[in-house]
Amino acid sequence: MEREEIRSTIESLLFVADGPQSLQRFAEVLDGVDRETIQSILNELQTELEAQNRGIRLAEVAGGYQLRTPKSNADWVKKFLGGRPSRMGKATLETLAIIAYRQPITKAEIEAIRGVDVDGVIGTLLERSLIRAVARKDVPGRPFLYGTTAEFLQLFNLKDLSQLPTLKEMEEISLPEIPGGTISLDQLEES
Amino acid sequence: MSTSVQLEIFEGPLDLLLHLIKKNEVSITDIPIATITEQYLATLDLMQSFNLDVAGEFLVMAATLIHIKSRMLLPVGEDEPDEEEGVDPREELVRRLLEYQRYKDAAAVLEQREILTRDVFARSATPTEEAGPRGFRELSVFELLGALKGILDRLPQDTVHEVTLDKITVREKMTLLLDLLRVSGSLYFESLFAEVRSRLEVVVTFLAMLELVKLRAIRIFQAKLTAPIMIEAAAGMDEAAVQVVLDETEETQNGA
Repeated sequence: MEREEIRSTIESLLFVADGPQSLQRFAEVLDGVDRETIQSILNELQTELEAQNRGIRLAEVAGGYQLRTPKSNADWVKKFLGGRPSRMGKATLETLAIIAYRQPITKAEIEAIRGVDVDGVIGTLLERSLIRAVARKDVPGRPFLYGTTAEFLQLFNLKDLSQLPTLKEMEEISLPEIPGGTISLDQLEES
Repeated sequence: MSTSVQLEIFEGPLDLLLHLIKKNEVSITDIPIATITEQYLATLDLMQSFNLDVAGEFLVMAATLIHIKSRMLLPVGEDEPDEEEGVDPREELVRRLLEYQRYKDAAAVLEQREILTRDVFARSATPTEEAGPRGFRELSVFELLGALKGILDRLPQDTVHEVTLDKITVREKMTLLLDLLRVSGSLYFESLFAEVRSRLEVVVTFLAMLELVKLRAIRIFQAKLTAPIMIEAAAGMDEAAVQVVLDETEETQNGA
């Protein structure tokens, strides 16, 4: 297969694909073509679409490649597709963030961090396939341990979990020394 | 001293505390516990006066705050040898607040990413909002069966058994129902059976309806438990219409 032909085929596959496709998958279909060639063609395509400011871009998400529209066209695409925008509530996002960074994690552990019941939110997240039960924790009651899914990575445009922005480390925020552990009464009365 | 509190919807006690800390422009690590406790309790009062359901978690935190406040008023170390010297009673709360703040920040960062079906779109990712209209409840199949029984009970009792030869298939009813919905958008469950006279037709109509629900072509809901049941066109309607025609053709061919 000529490089040009391979490139054209990869474009077609990307167009018809339902969800992100891995390098492995392209290699399987294009038998005889080595991964390096496929990888370099994908990189080339990605750069080109970007450079030419095209209406489709090649995104690297959930361990694969997928054609997506650029953010700059979002309003038009939304208008065209119609339907209500799917907004994610604060509670949902916070819970999802906790699970993403702390997985695998139990419901009780999430609740300890958020300080509120998360039953309903967990149900919604499971329903939307953004999280799944990955195991059971070896403690009394054997509660489920939850982790994020490929759908989560797709939703937030993440290649893999290592792409999550790093959390501000708690150690970075040092507690001020309180001499003798007391606070003067003046201070209390003042407040 | 008057405490003015702005009522906002708080995710929980920690969220409310962080809000108060920010509003008072004080440091998380050095919370003026008396002021914050006072404002915290005032907010709970306000929530209650608006008849908002103040969840138990808020009350637990109120107790914690009052406990911390009282411990801070006690002289340290003298009468209580057990008490670890130099431990700030606020420490545990500070730790929790900082940890919660971390994930709140993380959530904000996630929200700013290019979110699929909000900022970026893929071919297979058309938003599928399948939730019913606001304020409506979806019905369970048992409630539907109850409604069906009502309709069957209202049918005139057959005094003479009559053999009818008109064959109505579920598929025909499905097509009919889809046509009706395409014109009107929605209709009452009861009206579906208005002109139906035989038990068979009731059952066939009902099955057609269930089949369309399965295909996600229609949605069945009611405003509240006692309200009339409504049927509405849903996202999969056009797809289902094609499917019904295809099935029918196939069947005719097989039958021939």
